[in-house]
Amino acid sequence: MALQVLLFKEFTKKMQFNFYTFKKVEEKIALVILSGITFFILFVLGALIYFLFKNGIHVFSVEFFTQFPRAGMTEGGIFPAMVGTCYLTLGAIVVSMPLGILTAIYLEEYARPGWWLNLTYLAINNLAGVPSIVFGLFGLALFVKYFEFQTSILSGALTLACLVLPIIIRASQEAISQVGQELRHGALALGTTRWYMIRTVVLPQAWPGILTGNIISVGRAAGETAAILFTAVAYFYPKLPTSLLEPVMALPYHLYVIATSGLDLDKTRPLAYGTALVLILLVLMINAVATVVRARHHLKMEKI
Amino acid sequence: MAAQFLSQLKFKFARESSPDVFLESSIRGKQGWDKIWEKCLALISLFSVSIVFSIILFLVIEALPILSKVGFKELFFSDRWQPTSEVAGFGMLPLILGSIWVTVGALVLTVPLGIGCAIYLSEVAPIRMSLMLKPAIELLSAIPSVVYGFFGLVVVVPLAEKFFHLPVGQSIMVGSFILAIMALPTIISISEDALKSVPKSFREASLALGATRWHTISRVVVPAAFSGIATSVILGMGRAVGETMAVLMVTGNAAVIPHSFLEPVRTLTATIAAEMGETAQGGLHYQSLFLIGVLLLIITMILNGIASFIVQRVHQKNAV
Repeated sequence: MALQVLLFKEFTKKMQFNFYTFKKVEEKIALVILSGITFFILFVLGALIYFLFKNGIHVFSVEFFTQFPRAGMTEGGIFPAMVGTCYLTLGAIVVSMPLGILTAIYLEEYARPGWWLNLTYLAINNLAGVPSIVFGLFGLALFVKYFEFQTSILSGALTLACLVLPIIIRASQEAISQVGQELRHGALALGTTRWYMIRTVVLPQAWPGILTGNIISVGRAAGETAAILFTAVAYFYPKLPTSLLEPVMALPYHLYVIATSGLDLDKTRPLAYGTALVLILLVLMINAVATVVRARHHLKMEKI
Repeated sequence: MAAQFLSQLKFKFARESSPDVFLESSIRGKQGWDKIWEKCLALISLFSVSIVFSIILFLVIEALPILSKVGFKELFFSDRWQPTSEVAGFGMLPLILGSIWVTVGALVLTVPLGIGCAIYLSEVAPIRMSLMLKPAIELLSAIPSVVYGFFGLVVVVPLAEKFFHLPVGQSIMVGSFILAIMALPTIISISEDALKSVPKSFREASLALGATRWHTISRVVVPAAFSGIATSVILGMGRAVGETMAVLMVTGNAAVIPHSFLEPVRTLTATIAAEMGETAQGGLHYQSLFLIGVLLLIITMILNGIASFIVQRVHQKNAV
């Protein structure tokens, strides 16, 4: 009997030991897999950037940045596409920035909870999920056809403005909602009006967050292709645009064109690598600026 | 002259009758301005909101005529998409199936990767490391889709040709792979937020009971964050369905019903992008492309609806 008890005890001890080593091994494997996944994703990102750098950097020259494409896009540069992208992005941000920020202020500071506010949130959420090609169709139907702006900078910039509007609204809303409630109460208790309080207390506090959202949406607008496909871009436009009602070339569309439909793909490849690298650098720069703005804001907040 | 005198008289009278009248009236004036400001802002936000409704309106107006000219049955159940041939065919079935194949393929890849990475960032990695990795993930979402498409075209397509001995590497598989990368940031950032918002006490309780870290993650933290993770998957799916340029460049654009992941295919979005440039405004083909747009709009709105429904239910549950 005693022996049996002893054996049983020994047995359970062993079982437990096995159970725990099994658990430990399981945990090790799981954690290794999780970190493997993360580093795989980073590897893909690194590979993408490295690949474009390796193949694109030697295309960079003064000619590449200052010349028009020549000889069926196999020679020359991307100057008009860069200018076109600048125009489109600038136009989009000029329209959407005030609209987005003011909408966010209204939603956060004035609007009262109710069915109207719910509907607004629903609309903005849905707008954020609409595919960019659908924005392109919308721009075609409204700006190009109905308002008769034709394929032009104006149509493209307005379409892009609609596309980035929900991003700006959401980022601004988040920044505004993070301003402490006690600051608002303090200002209002001093007898200021709501708008004065927003202008002097809320906006200065929320500004870095709002700015970050806007910077990110600049990147979004600059890299967008599908939305300007039928509203703004030309396959090749021999001169720089002089009015808002002219079509332009744009970097992302130019990349698409020379990557897929050139006459001589082998000859245009280097230019395509260069254009892709310019786009990547643009995005890297914009993200770096956004990160710096945010980091500086965090530092300032910690000091206070 | 007379007016000036009158105003001076008023001034004098007002001053004598009540010393606070000026202060009060200036405040009242400012409050009045505030009301006007509020109305202006309301109008602006109304304008922003109306964009969504005008998108629906204009797409439907442009697409509607085709429903009466070409039958509903042909549009959605015929497998012949030949809008430019002599006897035009407007069967959207191959395109719809194409989108489904590519999206499903992308989800199979991106869901485990995205959720795994989110768990790693929020539960496993040291804080400093996850702070460093987050900008990299954000960068992934900022890279333009044409660049992804180009990368797929010059790197992934030749690889697929080599490994699977395909004559043409542009296929569903490559499209799914590229889409998977593009949907990752959506899934990672939303899942990570959901995991982070699980209360610390849950983890502490589980660890105190002797569970290992992995046990705590897989049986406590992930189930508690399940609704947020589900939302992230649905939104990632919306991203994949709506993606255009990358898919257009790497899937080969053959409007036929696919039978395996190694075949070329044409999605709904790629069809619009590829064909809208060559069609006459107002024609049947034009209308059919707008109908595809309406279909895409409906799909993304349903996905968004499901996502916000989940979020709302969680909020209600938390409130109770």
